[in-house]
Amino acid sequence: MSGKIHIKNGRVVDPGSGRDVVADLLIEGGKIVESFSKRGREQVIDAAGLIIAPGLIDMHVHLREPGREDTETIASGTAAAALGGFTTIVCMPNTSPTIDNRAVAEYVQGRAALTPIDVKVVGAITVGLKGERLAEMAEMSAAGVVGFSDDGRPVSDSAVMRAALEYSLALGRPIISHAEDLNLSGAGVANEGDVATRLGLAGIPAEAEIAMVARDIILAEMTGARLHITHVSTAGATELIRSAKAKGLAVTADCTPHHLALTDTLLAGYDPNLKMNPPLRTEFDREALVSGVLDGTFDAIASDHAPHAAHEKELEFESAPFGTIGLQSTLPAVWTHVIGADERGLQRGLAALTCGPAAVLGLECGSLAVGKTADVTVIDPKAKVKVDANMLVSRSLNSAFMGQDLVGSAVHVVKAGKLIVKEGDLL
Amino acid sequence: MALSCHDLVSIDDLTDSDIAILLESAATYSDVSERVIKKVPALRGRTIVNLFLEPSTRTRSSFEIAGKRLSADVINISGSGSSLKKGESLKDMAKTIEALRVDAVVIRHWAAGAARKLAEQIAPPVINAGDGSHEHPTQALLDALTISNSLGTVAGKQVAIIGDICHSRVARSLLALLGRLGAKVTVVAPPMWLPQGIEKLGCTVSYSLDDVLDSMDVLYLLRIQKERLATGVYSTEEYARSYCLNRERLGRADPDCLVMHPGPINRGVEVAADVADGSQSLITTQVSNGLAVRMAVFYQMLGDVAS
Repeated sequence: MSGKIHIKNGRVVDPGSGRDVVADLLIEGGKIVESFSKRGREQVIDAAGLIIAPGLIDMHVHLREPGREDTETIASGTAAAALGGFTTIVCMPNTSPTIDNRAVAEYVQGRAALTPIDVKVVGAITVGLKGERLAEMAEMSAAGVVGFSDDGRPVSDSAVMRAALEYSLALGRPIISHAEDLNLSGAGVANEGDVATRLGLAGIPAEAEIAMVARDIILAEMTGARLHITHVSTAGATELIRSAKAKGLAVTADCTPHHLALTDTLLAGYDPNLKMNPPLRTEFDREALVSGVLDGTFDAIASDHAPHAAHEKELEFESAPFGTIGLQSTLPAVWTHVIGADERGLQRGLAALTCGPAAVLGLECGSLAVGKTADVTVIDPKAKVKVDANMLVSRSLNSAFMGQDLVGSAVHVVKAGKLIVKEGDLL
Repeated sequence: MALSCHDLVSIDDLTDSDIAILLESAATYSDVSERVIKKVPALRGRTIVNLFLEPSTRTRSSFEIAGKRLSADVINISGSGSSLKKGESLKDMAKTIEALRVDAVVIRHWAAGAARKLAEQIAPPVINAGDGSHEHPTQALLDALTISNSLGTVAGKQVAIIGDICHSRVARSLLALLGRLGAKVTVVAPPMWLPQGIEKLGCTVSYSLDDVLDSMDVLYLLRIQKERLATGVYSTEEYARSYCLNRERLGRADPDCLVMHPGPINRGVEVAADVADGSQSLITTQVSNGLAVRMAVFYQMLGDVAS
């Protein structure tokens, strides 16, 4: 299968171990090795001026298979992921049928096994994402799901959420919460504030998120369970998570590249590609999220890649579905808006795409330590990326970053010792 | 002089000079409707589509009559509900209209931003006749004309806009236009009907009609959507008790204070019947001025002056 790969002269940045040196990285037999065991032909990659990072992990992706293969398949989504520098992605259960039982989980796992990268599956918390009865979480856990979430919807009933958190203690997998008070969000389509007011759009208040994060943290403390809050968008929720962590609770969190990069002031043109849930917030919130990445409040940055068909996104802003794709723009957006030239940003930003999500989900990957499976992403920090229909390989083009010029992208990707992306092209 | 804008979607599309041209031109067009033969040939051979995707009788009729008095051919296309449910998207409608080679499209739509979206997709001028809770610029223009005709000017006048500011496109256009013309606007509503950051649109905020009554030159009442109240948390009776402009309240206002309303009115909810019909009420004058303003808009955007 995989031979020897010699990545030369790059700057090896392994945020999990704190290792940051200009060095060669050797790969043999699918593993990272200290030295090659025997002589013989080796594939050489010159990484001078480039950064050698652990293969990136995206812990929040919507692949639309089964159900909406017109918008994304496991094959097309993983191709986009590989080009985006990801060697592991985690898919959410709101497919059709829902991944709320072992059979559907195993179907997705089976399809995923045919792709060049790892796809981990999150199972639903409740049957049909209805928020009423717990799905067969133990069965799915036995099948290898890495966590549970009703993502797209909150578990509104606090007693059901409590039961899910309690049950997760027996399964050793986190509960991933889409934290939103649906009554407060109401018919909202944009961040509540002066921008939505001017545009005549119904608002989703920051408190719809903050109030639910507060409830979830209280239940996590009550049960002692592992709670992960996904796609945090507000300064208020960031602060709650920071203080929960300071208290020593088993709470982790992620935020998205679009909330780290964009704000609601962009909505003036009513572009439905900028409609997502949670909505783009204010500059104040955006800055709080960036600070949260830099101080480690956020364990992960995750794309919330949510493909939608062109004919759905071409509707009026108020009717269009929520969501943006993100697999190919995440690394460039994070590089441009969080990392920049900042050394702390580099360590924290890369941690949030590698060892951070690995730790949240208990994954083996996300490290460049000798002996580990060789998942490696070589990043050109100066590469210019223009997000447009030409570069996107997803079946859907609903990118919030469409038309933007970003800097920093994956040039080579090695998955389990095999070169799968070379010079930005999928092999 | 022609208008600088191609479309009229938002008050912000208009320069100060555009506003002056429209208000001045409207004054001349009000004469046409006073004649026995209420028709001038200004837009003969032009086709205007009234695309009304939300129920409306008054605004649609006003645009239709305005177009016809200028000799344009006016075609009404109506529908309702979301295009998602109907199966025809705004994009497809835009393409169809484009193919019909019309000269202007007036659009009323339930979704904010729909008028802008249409304008981006078709070549002929688009006139926004109300898009969701966003804007209704011709309403604001006719209201400015009405105030100006009655008080001699808009500048420096105190105007209270009373009602459900959250869901009002009329309020948003009025705030933009009256602010530009130098009026001092106060929005008056129970707090839950005031959207976040409304003061950034250039107004002061009050929760009490009684507190601001006596300092106002214009009391502008918004239509209360009873359907919305029925599904909301707030009682119609409670609203009427605190905010209905009745004879007693009007008696505490300046005797020359004007009463305005974009219609249709809910008698006994936002305004008492005798006040609506009383001598300070300009409600029907607003309707007449609406016709003049829409004739002016059509002429300035489509007539010889525009080319």
